[in-house]
Parts: sequence; C-alpha cells; structure tokens
Amino acid sequence: MKFTLSWLRDHLETTVGVAEITERLTMLGLEVEGVTDRAKGMENFVVAQVIEAKPHPDADKLQVCQVNTGTETMTVVCGAPNARVGMKGVFAAAGCYVPGIDLKLKKAKIRGVASNGMLLSEREMGLSDEHQGIIELPATAALGATAVEVMGLADPVIDIAITPNRGDCLGVRGVARDLAASGLGMLKPLNVLPVPGVFESPIKVHLDFPSADADACPYFIGRYIRGLGNGESPGWLKDKLLAVGLRPISALVDITNLIALDLCRPLHVFDADKIKGDLRVRLAEPGESILALDGGEYDLDAAMTVIADDDHVQALGGVIGGERSGCAAETVNVYIECAYFDSVRTAATGRKLNLTSDARFRFERGVDPSFLAPGLEIATRLILDLCGGEASEPVIAGKEPEWKRDIGFRHGRVQALGGVEVSGEETKRIFDVLGFAVAHADADAQWRVSVPSWRGDIVGEACLVEEIVRVFGYDNIPTVTMERPSTLPPPALDASQRRRATARRVLAGRGLVEAVTLSFMPLAEAELFGGAPDSIRLLNPISSDLDAMRPSILPNLISAVGRNTDSGTSDACLFEIGPCFAGDRPENQSMVAAGVRAGRSGPRSWAEPSRPVDVFDAKADTLAVFGELALPVDKLTIANDAPPWYHPGRSGLFRLGPKMVFASFGEIHPRVLRKMDVKGPIVGFEIFLDNFPKPKTRKTAAKPHLELPSFQPVERDFAFVVGKDITAEALLRAAKNADAVLISEVCVFDFFAGGNLGEGKKSLAINVVLQPTEKTLTDTEIDAVAEKVIASVEAATGGVLRK
Amino acid sequence: MMDDPEAIQSKILEVTAAATTLDQLEAIRVEELGKKGRITGFMKQLGSLDPERRKTVGLALNALKTKVATAIEERKRDLADAGVDARLMADAVDVTLPARPQKPGRVHPISQTMDEVVAILGEMGFAIAEGPDIEDDWYNFTALNIPPDHPARQEHDTFYLPGEKDGHRMLLRTHTSPVQIHTMQRQKPPVRIIVPGRTYRCDYDATHSPMFHQIEGLVVDESTHMGHLKGCLIEFCRAYFDLEDLPVRFRPSYFPFTEPSAEVDIGCIREGGELRIGHGDDWLEILGCGMVNPKVLENCGIDSGKYQGFAFGMGIERLAMLKYGIADLRTFFESDLRWLRHYGFSAFDVPTMVGGLNS
Repeated sequence: MKFTLSWLRDHLETTVGVAEITERLTMLGLEVEGVTDRAKGMENFVVAQVIEAKPHPDADKLQVCQVNTGTETMTVVCGAPNARVGMKGVFAAAGCYVPGIDLKLKKAKIRGVASNGMLLSEREMGLSDEHQGIIELPATAALGATAVEVMGLADPVIDIAITPNRGDCLGVRGVARDLAASGLGMLKPLNVLPVPGVFESPIKVHLDFPSADADACPYFIGRYIRGLGNGESPGWLKDKLLAVGLRPISALVDITNLIALDLCRPLHVFDADKIKGDLRVRLAEPGESILALDGGEYDLDAAMTVIADDDHVQALGGVIGGERSGCAAETVNVYIECAYFDSVRTAATGRKLNLTSDARFRFERGVDPSFLAPGLEIATRLILDLCGGEASEPVIAGKEPEWKRDIGFRHGRVQALGGVEVSGEETKRIFDVLGFAVAHADADAQWRVSVPSWRGDIVGEACLVEEIVRVFGYDNIPTVTMERPSTLPPPALDASQRRRATARRVLAGRGLVEAVTLSFMPLAEAELFGGAPDSIRLLNPISSDLDAMRPSILPNLISAVGRNTDSGTSDACLFEIGPCFAGDRPENQSMVAAGVRAGRSGPRSWAEPSRPVDVFDAKADTLAVFGELALPVDKLTIANDAPPWYHPGRSGLFRLGPKMVFASFGEIHPRVLRKMDVKGPIVGFEIFLDNFPKPKTRKTAAKPHLELPSFQPVERDFAFVVGKDITAEALLRAAKNADAVLISEVCVFDFFAGGNLGEGKKSLAINVVLQPTEKTLTDTEIDAVAEKVIASVEAATGGVLRK
Repeated sequence: MMDDPEAIQSKILEVTAAATTLDQLEAIRVEELGKKGRITGFMKQLGSLDPERRKTVGLALNALKTKVATAIEERKRDLADAGVDARLMADAVDVTLPARPQKPGRVHPISQTMDEVVAILGEMGFAIAEGPDIEDDWYNFTALNIPPDHPARQEHDTFYLPGEKDGHRMLLRTHTSPVQIHTMQRQKPPVRIIVPGRTYRCDYDATHSPMFHQIEGLVVDESTHMGHLKGCLIEFCRAYFDLEDLPVRFRPSYFPFTEPSAEVDIGCIREGGELRIGHGDDWLEILGCGMVNPKVLENCGIDSGKYQGFAFGMGIERLAMLKYGIADLRTFFESDLRWLRHYGFSAFDVPTMVGGLNS
C-alpha cells in the first residue's frame, strides 16, 4: 500500500522524518517495500518569474527572457510557447542536473545569445511526458523558493506490504495508529460529525438473503445526494491520488478512492437516476450477469452477492460496481453504498471471476464492521464540500455484525512467550493506543482485554502477546542461546537417512553426477515405467506434460541424458535419490536411488579404449552402494526378471528371499529409448532403499575378532565348459560348496562362448583360493580339493573341466 | 718385488676408474688379482722375505689388494647402474600424456546445502523427521490453522490429486509443515526436529519452480520463547554463511501457524547489480518463523496451556543461491551436466561442524 509522508501526517502528529518512520514501519510488521522521493536531485530548482520576453534575433521559435530568480536576474533562452512576461516557472540554473533529459546544464550560447539556465517542463523534471510548454506555478509562489516544495513534491511516497491479517492497515489511519502505539507521535482525532439529512431517500435498501446466508451482507447504509455536480477533483485530491499511482477520474470516484485508501472504508456511488426502484442486496440468480465498471461482462452464480435494482444487477457486492449505474460528468443525483460484505464470500467471488479491486482486497481481509456510519458521514461531507448538493437521511438496512469480544490476558505471558519484559504500564499504554480496552489490569490477575472492531485478526492471548512484543520491538527481545538437553547432541539422522546420505556420496564417488528432477512427469513416460494410477495424476498440473507423479526416477534421468546430448554433453552419468510414487498413500511412496550411464564407458583415451556402457556398469554401481551400506550381498540372489523397461536379456534384480527386491539394473530397453526419443545405449539401476532390512542394533561397536591365518593361501585355476544357460552364480556356488572349510574365495576370471566349444556351450574360468588354517597343504591335499571342486561343479551344472 | 706400492695403487685405481665395460674391469681384475695376477704374484713372493719385512710388506699388500678389489666392485656396480639407466631411458614415455580418464561425480547443491543445514542444526540437538510428499488438506492446511476459506489456502497455489482421505482432499504438500503435525501426533513434548523435504506449488517462472525444497524446524517444550528463537536462528545464519558478525534482524510478520510471527532478514550489500551477504546498509529476507500457534498444538492434542515452542521454515534453494551465487532457481532442476559440474560438490566434501561446513 502506498501513501505519502504528508498523508500520514494527516493522521499522525509527529516530528520525526521519513527515515525513522520507514524503519519503524518495517519493525512493526508493516514492511516498507520502497520509498520514492520525487524531489530527490531537484532541490536546487527555484521559483522564478519571467520579467521580460523578447524574440530571439536569430531564431523564430525561441525567446530571450529575463528571469528573476529572487536573488538575481538572468538571461535565459527559452523555446516554450507559453513563456511570457509575468508567469512564474521552475528555474534550473547552470550547474543543475536536469533528470528528465539526463543533462547537467552549462552556460551556453544559443544561436549567439548566452543562456544561463532553463525553465523546465514536466518532462524535464521527470514528472510526466508533458513537454508542450514549461511548468506554470501559481502567482502566489514566492520567488526563489524551492520549486519542489511549492509543487508539493517534497513529500516522499512510502510503499508498504500488508500481511493478510492486517486489513486495518489498508487505510493510512491504521498505519498511523500503529506508529503512534510505537511512540512515534500521536494519532489525531477523526472528524466524524454527522451531516444532517434534509429529505427522505427515495431509494430504499432491502437485504434479501435466505437466513443461512444472512452473513453475506448483514449491514448496509445508503444515502441519497441530490443536485450535485461531478466535476474534476481539486488539486489536493488529485495530487494525493497521483502520488500513490491512482488516476484521478472525477470528484465522486476520487472521493470513494480516497476514503478506501485513507480509512480502509470501501464505498460505491451509484448514479441515482440510473437506478430503477429500490436496491436489493441478495445472492445472484442463475443466469444473471453484470456489466462491470472495468468494461467486462461477468456471469454470476448463486454464491455471489449482488446489489440489484428492479431491472439489473447494478453492483457485485464488495468487488466492483456496474457500468450501467456508474457516475459520469453529467451525474447530478447519486446514491452512496456503504456496506459490510462477508470476507470469505467476497474473496471467493473475486477469485471465481478473476476480478481484483481495491474493494475486494479490503473486504477479503476484513473491514471494520463498526465504521460504516462514520465512513458514510465522512464521504457525505466530502461530496457536499467538493460537489455541492444536499444529502438525504441515511438509509439503514440490517445491523452492525457482532464483533465485540474480550480475551483473557496474563501479563506474564509477554515474558514467558515473547521472551521480553515489558512493564504493565507500557503494556497498557500500547493496548490503549492500539484501541484495545483493558479491564482488571492488576499486576497478577488475569486481564480482560477488549479487541477493537478493526482487529478481527486478534483471537487469543498469543495474538495479544504478539501485539505487545511487536510494538515494543522484536529488536528488544534479548537473544538467548537454546538450552541443550545434553552437552553432546544425539545423532540427527536415523539409520535410513544415514544410508541415503552414504549412497549419495558413494555414487558421486563413482563418477555419477547427482541431479534433482521434478517429482512429476508426463503420463506417457510414466506408462513406460510401470504407470501412474489415477490417484497420482494431478488435477491441476503446471503443464500437460507434468501431470503424473513419477513411478520411477529413470525416465527423468533418461530425458536429462537426451537434453545433455542435445547441448553437446554426451556420455552422461547421472543419479538421483528421491521419492517414487505408486499411489497417494504414505505407504505408496518409496525412497529410491536411481542412476544412468549413457553412451561409452569413458572419454576417448590413448591409454585404454572406451566401450559402450553395459549392464555390468549398472550392476557395479548397485553393488558399490550395497557394499558401502554393508548389506549382506552374499545372501542376495540375482534374478533375470527385471521390469519391462529394461532389456529382457541384459538386466537383473537383486533379491533377498523370494520377494524383497533390493534393486533392479540393466540396459534400458531400446524400445523405451526410442519412444522417449533418446539415443542409447543407456544402462540404469534403481535401488529401493526402503526395502533394506533395518540395521541391527548391536550392543557393541566392536568388530568380530580377527584371526589372521598363519599359512600361505594356495590358488588354483579351473576352466569349465558348461551349457549356455548355466549361470556364473550357480557355478561359483557349486565350486564354493566343494569344501566350505578350505575354500575361502572363488571368482570368475574368464568367460567365452563360441569357437570350438560347440553350439550351446560356454567356458567359464574360475580362480579358487584355498586358505589352510591348521597346516600347510601338501600337493596331495590340494589335488584332492581340486577333484572335489571338479566333481561338485559337474554334479551341480553338468560342466566339464576343459583340458 | 714391489717398489712403490703407492704408485702401483694409484695407477690401478686410475685404470679401473677409466674402464667403461665390465669386460675391461674383468681384465684388470685378472691382471692384478687373478691367479697369475700381479698382486697375487707379489703375495707369492712374500715367503722370500725376512720375517720383519714380510710383516710390513704383507700388511701393505693386503691393503692394496682390498683397495683394488673394492674399487673394481664399485666400478662394476656403477657400470651396471648406468646400464640399467640407459635401458630405462630407452623406455621413456611422454609423461605429459593424459592419465587414464576418471571423471569424478558431483553432489547436487541442494543435497550439499541440506547437509550443511543439518550439520548446524544437528549440533543444536535437532533430529531429522520426515513425512510423505502427498498429504491431505487437513495436515497441510487445517491442522496448521489454515481453515478451508482462509486466503492463505489460495495463496499456496496447491497441486491437487483426485483422492480423499477421511473426507480430506489429497494434495502435494505446499510446505514441510505437515510433518510438524505428524510428529506432534506421534511424539509428546519435548520435540526438537528439523524436516527437510520436497514441496510443491503450482507456479512456474524465474523465481518459482513447481517443486522446491524446504527445511522446517520445530521446538516444543515448556519454556522455549522468542528469545530462544532468536538465539537459534541468529546462530544458524551466522554459521551457515560463515560470517561471525552477520547482522540478523527479526521483523514482525504473519503466518497462520505461528503467533507471534516473524520474518528474518540478514544484512547484505547491493552494489552494481551484485548482492553480497554481510554488513551493509540493506536487508535480505531469508526465512519465516514464530512461536507455534496454540491452535496448532491443540490440533495435535498437545496442551497449549502447558507447552509452547517455535517453528521456522526456509527454502533450501534460496539458501544455496545466496551462498553459492546461483542466479536462477529453475536451473537447479534442469540436470544440465555443465551446471551440475560447476555448482556441484565433491563426494568427499561432507559438511560437518568439526571439519567445517565448507572445504
């Protein structure tokens, strides 16, 4: 909300300057968003009078003027057609900076005549685009006076943000009241002397609501004024509105705007001659519409409050007036509406119609229910003063809505909740200036505090504490270090949060770059990755391609690969740890670590060739996470039934037991990539962090006793020819089982198929480590174990030792 | 017999030092120390000397023999080393060739910032609490003292889902505050939690993303007041921005779920379009906070006559943007590798209070 300093001083008796006021406003919760000092940089412009004006000897359109600046007379060459002897204008002497043309004036010869300064236009002062002539100041302006003072510009415009609870500060008076409470001056009394009515209003008002909706407009005061003239507003009123960015329209409109801005009392003025019959305030009927003052035609529904005459809806209650009965220059008889409209309904109406107005803004934040009559009197007085005419007796419909309430208040709560000691006396003073009445204000007993009509936001003791602390100043609250329940804090992360943090750093350590992608995605892509049930499709997505909660992170990462390729970064390696959704219940949300690697295994290098990424890259990433999280990797089985977005023959699942899936990994199905229009190969993994068993809480952090064998381990290599379908895992398990005691490690070090092995065969070469614990093994003993390995593999897989 | 042992010795050493091949050295050794060698010959002649002279000459001969043998051995070793060096030099490579490629990964600035915030607040005894991204409107609004017709509901630009739970509409949480409610329903005071997480609002432009991250704090006990709130957040801001004297200002504001409410500003300097955090003549809003509204406590079944506390909430992206000079909110979610590598963090850069938040 904007107002000028002098406007504020209409309500606040104060001597302090703008800097102190703006600082205090912010610290009262009325945050200053800007201060515009329209006079800044123009302090040296003075009022001067043209005492002589002769044609320029060498130019038709120029005049050579003698200008009296109050201290001296100077020659000024001037091109303005309105420059003439006797007029007073704004003079900028050589050396002054002229903001509108961004120029520092110098003494100059203009077509041979020396000019010592400039008489300014509005554009040159940066006030408007007006450049037809120079500014003409009133004849009463004192020569040599500071021009911006004379012009009323030396009055900074303050712009403050109003939080939704402070509807009372949507009028300058409310702002002044807060400042007065904080000690920056005194709130001036308001003149609300009633204007006596001299006739009975020919227009009556009826509140026509079903009893359930009576609160839509419980109170309405109207007044007829006849025989007025709706001309231009006087300068002071136009200046006020212009200063805060409002365009003056006509005296009647300007008066209603002024009272809304000044006193937070929205009003509407109908052209009474365009009203047929009485006014009815009621809910709109289906099919009704209004031609509004903004020129729009709005279709109304039965939840909206309207003010209608016998023929038409003439205004939308609390939101906007109607074009049909709007005031114009010819208007002579008017009807003033001063009503109380329900905030919720007004807000809903404005929202539905996408209609904002100063009135709606105020009604939806709650206007003072007790300020209808005074508001109307003030408006009447102003209209009579500025437009003439005579006023009817007020027409009253309904009654003031109930607003009076007391709140119990313990003064000690200011310290206990607000953390600052404010004396009882000061507390009472603050309440008093803010308009709260205090009863039973004994030191210890509970106070009864009555809330003023304009503070609908105050509902409990905590609100009262806030008022006191806010006005006393948050800066005055002593800072206290929080007490710690223990000297050393307990861990902030639980086991699963810690695992997530570890997984993140493991994956980043492996060369994957962490991304954070949106939790929603195009439904079409979600369908490729398990689909999104109706329950997780957004009703109001930000755009049609962000309409489903993601069932998987992979599509977002794959799309990111595509975008990166397009912008010149190929071989993207990305991961993300975040939520995935299978439904709208908490148990349908899971925490997943997913990653992709695209293109080739690494950049081209002289030292080692790169290769296309493959399933084992994804498997390695998965196992790295498992390993760092100390999962029981050797208890996991690898199955080849990964979900359909993976390559059916180059993907797998890590399972614990028959059901619990820890991760899926593999090459992304080429068909999926084609549908997403992203070039492969891309491999990916999804690690389902929530499926991991909770780490066991152990009594001791001590690791199991370490026994280092004192005998050399022995290694033996074997190559087996097995059927193509025999898995490496099966073969390794068979070898390991050959001698559970002696065999400590088994691994595959070579694999090939084809050649002279024959159709359907492959060769797997394994390395077996024997770790004796009691004595060094003899050759015979080693051979015996080797025989057992061969026999075990043969029995389990049908594999034969390759000779 | 030996006339001048000194001269003989220096001559032999000279020849030895001059030898350039192992063969030459072997020849010297045979010539001097071999079975028919000169020094061996001298040794053989010792028997013919009288005992007195035999003793002195014998000593000198032995010394000479040792000296020569050592010299030959040393020269042999030198030549061998030189040979190895020569062979190694033949295998020389251009060490300016690039090493085998290994591109490090990065941690996203959102994760890093969260870790930093958790490191600081964890030190003050806050523990992490979490809740679902999909909530119903009771948890997201009503319980937080935002009744159905409250203007704040509209201002939140909520994403809605089709389902309902107990008659409440399902939605994407617009803030992390519903986790306050879940926590207080589950856990009796004292409560001291922080809630990091994803939040959603139906808004998209240069300063709004439909998804962003918040971290929420909640303290509920019998005595925590606004002085503690100030203490906690001033300490937090100064630690996070690593500025011991960072000006921090509490300004009255309004949130339905706190009473009294405040917004927190930190000092900054704006110069030539640049923004710097620190001592200056300007302020920058950084977070919102306040004392938990008694109605919120009551909505969770907590006796507001006995318990009180504070809550605060801040945007992770905003914190990251201010600290790390990131200009555009939307870039956080674009997954542009050039951006991620530039603004991301090393996997080993784990923020802690003991090790420092920033490496």
